[in-house]
Amino acid sequence: MKLTALETLGFRTVNLVAHLGRMAAFIGAIAMQTVRPPWRVRRFVGEVFDVGVLSLAIVCLSGATVGAVLGLQGYTTLARFGAENSLGAVVGLSLVRELGPVLTALLVTGRAGSAMAAEIASMVTTEQLDGLRMMSIDPVDFVVKPKALAMLVSMPMLNALFICFALFGGYLVGVELLGVDGGTYVTSMENAITWEDDVAGTLLKSVIFGGLVGFIATYRGYTATPTSAGVSAATTGTVVVGSVTVLLFDYIITALWGV
Amino acid sequence: MSAPSAANLAARTESKSSRVSSELRILLEDVHLSFGGRPVYSGLNCGFPRGKISVLMGGSGSGKSTLLRLVAGLVRPDKGRILVADEDVTALSERELYRVRERIGMLFQHGALLDAMTIFDNVALPLREHTELSERDIAAEVSRRLAAVGLPDTELLMPRQLSGGMLRRAALARAIISDPEIVLCDEPFSGLDPVNVRRIEKLLVELNVRLGITLLVTSHHIPSSLRMADQITFLVNGEAVTGTPAELQKSTDKRVREFLDAERDDPSPGVDA
Repeated sequence: MKLTALETLGFRTVNLVAHLGRMAAFIGAIAMQTVRPPWRVRRFVGEVFDVGVLSLAIVCLSGATVGAVLGLQGYTTLARFGAENSLGAVVGLSLVRELGPVLTALLVTGRAGSAMAAEIASMVTTEQLDGLRMMSIDPVDFVVKPKALAMLVSMPMLNALFICFALFGGYLVGVELLGVDGGTYVTSMENAITWEDDVAGTLLKSVIFGGLVGFIATYRGYTATPTSAGVSAATTGTVVVGSVTVLLFDYIITALWGV
Repeated sequence: MSAPSAANLAARTESKSSRVSSELRILLEDVHLSFGGRPVYSGLNCGFPRGKISVLMGGSGSGKSTLLRLVAGLVRPDKGRILVADEDVTALSERELYRVRERIGMLFQHGALLDAMTIFDNVALPLREHTELSERDIAAEVSRRLAAVGLPDTELLMPRQLSGGMLRRAALARAIISDPEIVLCDEPFSGLDPVNVRRIEKLLVELNVRLGITLLVTSHHIPSSLRMADQITFLVNGEAVTGTPAELQKSTDKRVREFLDAERDDPSPGVDA
């Protein structure tokens, strides 16, 4: 049966609306389970370990590297204008306002978000979620909620660590390698960064990114087709959609609140 | 739960033809279901009596496992009614279904154990979630059930450390640990050696005899099915042909004969899909 262009458009619109409805229902289910006991503290702590602790190495190493590159690039550019003493401010502001939350979110999406989606998708494939349903245990409560909340909580902490290591990397390159005065580097950074705008802003961004990545990873896994290709699609979908969404929301947050 | 004697089991098997009750625990009425445009059932009608063992048979792809999933409310039919313990599961919300499922245990074809938990934690999960039992009582109950399915001393193992047959037996221990009113078993004998086929068969009969549990079992294992079943339902081309084991063995229905005669022609027992 061949569909007309109008029928195809209608079909796609209905599908899109249904899909958005399922996403809203999924968010609602997580929210409802979050405010309702049992709290599943042990499972939540386990997930924080998986998302947070197991991401420490990649986040800290990447942070130090990004900071070092930023110090190097910043020094070269600022030296053209004789403004090397502002290196601390440039490195600090770029990291706190922008690079810290965004790069942390991208790294965590690739490492923990994809793992989260793959785990839930393979539970779908092997009927583990149906097994929970048959024990009258809501999979959203037992599996999804602890994972999504762990992502929400871990992201700001990982972001803070990323920034700390990046500042340290920038300091090493700028001060120890290129000879910028250490006191000047730190003072210019202190003067440029404010708690109310910059630090609060970076926390806001990372919390929002944590929520988004947690939702995308769990939703992709939960709605995966129960095949090995479905697991693969859920994993890659999480990385692609998660990364693009983080970048898109970064622009929206910056445009709306200037952070 | 001690094992019933061989004489009891034999007597039970002999008296099957007169024991199919008219009181139905599970009833499917005019059920239609299709996947991707391919019809699985087009007006399926069948029922399974309270407190009896019903075995679902049929070729691969005949819809046996799907029927169990319909009864469990895991799949919704396109049309029709499915009454389980007097509740129409097609009309219930997911939350309302949880209430009905507390009375149902299900053994999935591949076990469906949570692979991030030990066997102990898997089997203990329904008790931890739905009872106030102490950890000591839960531990005792889990050990008892694991011993009953022939898996003592496996509590600390992870599911990946068990073979397929052992996994299914651990999953059976989980399905029955809450003493449900209805137990749905999807291919419980698949992949088991003859000793364990007998062990599981005996355990299922014990559950039925001692606790009055209604069992709905899908199986390709004809000898076991004939021994344990009070009722056998053949699914052929989306239709149900039902009778006692004795009636079906005498059946002249071509589709049923074809299935049973294939087993006779190939005498190697216990060949499961």
